Amino acid sequence: MRSLLQHRGFWPLAALAVILLANLALSPEFFALEFRDGRLYGSLVDVVNRAAPVALLAIGMSLVIATGGVDLSVGAVIAIAGAVAANLLVGGVDAVPLVVLLALLTGLMAGLVNGGLVGLLGIQPIVATLVLMVAGRGIAQLINAGQIVTFRHEGFADLGVGSVLALPTPVAILLVTLVLVQLLVRGTALGLFIEAVGFNPRASRHVGIRVGAVKVAVYAISGLCAALAGIVVTADIQGADANNAGLWLELDAILAVVIGGASLAGGRFSLWLSVVGALVIQALATTLVIGGVPPTFNLLIKSLVIVAVLLLQSAPFRRQLAALATGRR
Amino acid sequence: MSAPAAVLELRGVSKRFPGAQALDRVDFELAAGEVHALLGENGAGKSTLIKLLTGVYPADGGEILLDGRPIRPSGPAEALALGISPVYQEVNLLANLSVAHNLYLGREPRRFGGIRWRQLNTDATRLLARFGLDLDVRRSLGSFPIAVQQLVAIARGVDCSARVLVLDEPTASLDAAEVKMLFGVVAELRRSGTAIVFVTHFLDQVYAISDRITVLRNGARVGTWDAAALARPALVAAMLGRELEAVEQARSVHAAGSRQLPVLRVSDLAADNGLASASFAIDAGETLGLAGLLGAGRTELCETLFGLARQTGGAIAFRDREQRVASPAAAMRLRFALCPEDRKASGIIGPLSIRENIVIALQVRRGWWRRLPESEQARLAGEAIRRLGIVCPDAETPVEALSGGNQQRAILARWLCTEPCLLVLDEPTRGIDVGAHAAIIALIRELCSRGLAVIVASSEIEELVAVSDRVLVLREGRGIATIEGPAVTEPAIFRAIAEAS
Repeated sequence: MRSLLQHRGFWPLAALAVILLANLALSPEFFALEFRDGRLYGSLVDVVNRAAPVALLAIGMSLVIATGGVDLSVGAVIAIAGAVAANLLVGGVDAVPLVVLLALLTGLMAGLVNGGLVGLLGIQPIVATLVLMVAGRGIAQLINAGQIVTFRHEGFADLGVGSVLALPTPVAILLVTLVLVQLLVRGTALGLFIEAVGFNPRASRHVGIRVGAVKVAVYAISGLCAALAGIVVTADIQGADANNAGLWLELDAILAVVIGGASLAGGRFSLWLSVVGALVIQALATTLVIGGVPPTFNLLIKSLVIVAVLLLQSAPFRRQLAALATGRR
Repeated sequence: MSAPAAVLELRGVSKRFPGAQALDRVDFELAAGEVHALLGENGAGKSTLIKLLTGVYPADGGEILLDGRPIRPSGPAEALALGISPVYQEVNLLANLSVAHNLYLGREPRRFGGIRWRQLNTDATRLLARFGLDLDVRRSLGSFPIAVQQLVAIARGVDCSARVLVLDEPTASLDAAEVKMLFGVVAELRRSGTAIVFVTHFLDQVYAISDRITVLRNGARVGTWDAAALARPALVAAMLGRELEAVEQARSVHAAGSRQLPVLRVSDLAADNGLASASFAIDAGETLGLAGLLGAGRTELCETLFGLARQTGGAIAFRDREQRVASPAAAMRLRFALCPEDRKASGIIGPLSIRENIVIALQVRRGWWRRLPESEQARLAGEAIRRLGIVCPDAETPVEALSGGNQQRAILARWLCTEPCLLVLDEPTRGIDVGAHAAIIALIRELCSRGLAVIVASSEIEELVAVSDRVLVLREGRGIATIEGPAVTEPAIFRAIAEAS
């Protein structure tokens, strides 16, 4: 029991379970799943589906945060990748793989710019990625020539609204990305190097780790994840809005990683717990809708619940709570 | 010495931590105007005793008497108010504030709620003058060397009207001249009646300044002696609980080694970190000692060899081929290894497990895409733990939980996994207790006998004499003398350093 409580996955999972159970209380059919037209339907599926963009961002963000950095530009990269994809489709490019590839390349380039600024020039991550966070929206506006670019393309739209093996495509994309990135960092020693750099960059250099290269790599992966999220978001609404696509999602992504138990100071990370963090955020949003809470309260309640989750994860806070409880007895 | 009334007395003090009896009914007595050395290996209970004194923890049993009245300091602030003032090895002051502000932090002279900066600075200058320090008190504390910061911390402690000054390893990062300066201050304080507890692992310093010595072992008091009446071997025996031959062992005769081409030949090496010119040659199975005062360039030479500085002149020839060592990765390709001086900042990756800390260098050499299988990592770590005698619950414990000596062993293990040709050890025994010290010296000798070339930089001449075939004496970044073979003796090295300066 004790070791279960101390496992780093316990609190994020417990928070998710509590929020989901609250939903069950509010609407009894919340856990109901239905198989129709070769696809799963149900509130749970909806939660995962709608969490997919933030969860994708959180995967890349986990690695960036593990090196002691942060990537504020991911929301803007969503807008850029979306603008690239939408304009290619409008311009008559029909091959979905080509569109996806070019959108991903855009994200990779954005990531390499961030990585170069942080890893090679040594600029503070928050400043370096702030550049692209601001400039990125401008770039997306330029690509879109100041318009909201909409398109009609069923093949591409399927990436946002279609299904694969009974799962909504965004969920499938999320799962595949999670597995691939997990293999990339844990199947190799990259994950160990990332954690080493996050805990002690100086000692990492002393054992021969190329700290700059590791940082470039994590920002590149984060850029790719952001581009994927951008593809999903753009396909979902069949249009690219440079001003609003992915707006503030970088903050949700950072929050997801933190709810997943990672420290912003860098070090240990867990990709799947970060995804759980993204699910917590989305499940909470869904609860507020189902619960019929007036929309004006949403942001406030969201912050309060998140503060509670984060406090519960903090060992000193739990100790104080325990001391209070035993003191009263 | 005559026995004046005790200022501070501990009677049967005990402290228990989960899983360990840190202190078991310890008595300790401190008189006014005495320097009382508190000695023991790591884990003997020195830090716990100090933390009880300074109110960091409450004692489980026994009592603490100050001037015969029992006290129970509930925190460092209360202990300070009672006149018990600690100075730690790591300076606990604020590096970004001025020296003067640090001295009067929390008790600044004020007028109308504002700080009177001019008076603050005058007071600070006057206070430091008493300690023989003349410096610009308006500069930030962090811009001064550690030694000065330490003296500032002591000045602050004393000025807070300390009756009992606790010096916890104050000299660990000081060079000989600075130690002398510190001891001058301590002697002055003793004359003025301050009672001083002195914790250190430098036995020379114990004898240089202490009046009495109390030795702890495994949480219990072994005994208290007048320093003058306790011979050094007896002291070491008291600390270790056994006669440790290795410590007092005469220098062993080194294997001559096959006299072929030297493995490494360095000529006129210079780098942008202050290394001006160093030349030496070292062969497989040999140990080269690097001697010199603090700042003489020992660490700089070690770092340059390992690619941590930019080479600006001279040549490094390895196996008769000239090499440029531009990065640690390049050094590792030549099978060089460096155990750095600052173990915490540059050596261990604290929160990672012992296993991860041990395998990481080998993993870097294999490349990130060829991950060492889990089973192989466990085998390497287990073997290293056994072979080097790392004391730990298991290989998954975070390395930061280990004692200094065991951390140093883990870093040694990290490099031994990579099967190096040249092992550079910068201050391998700094901050390590006597037992581990001897073990590490024995290990260096063993590695050497197996054909490794070893470079040891150390501020402890005794240690250099014990391990070196040849000693390079450095000063101001230059190699100024090389002492070889039977001529490697403590007096010879001292002479070389002294002649140079």
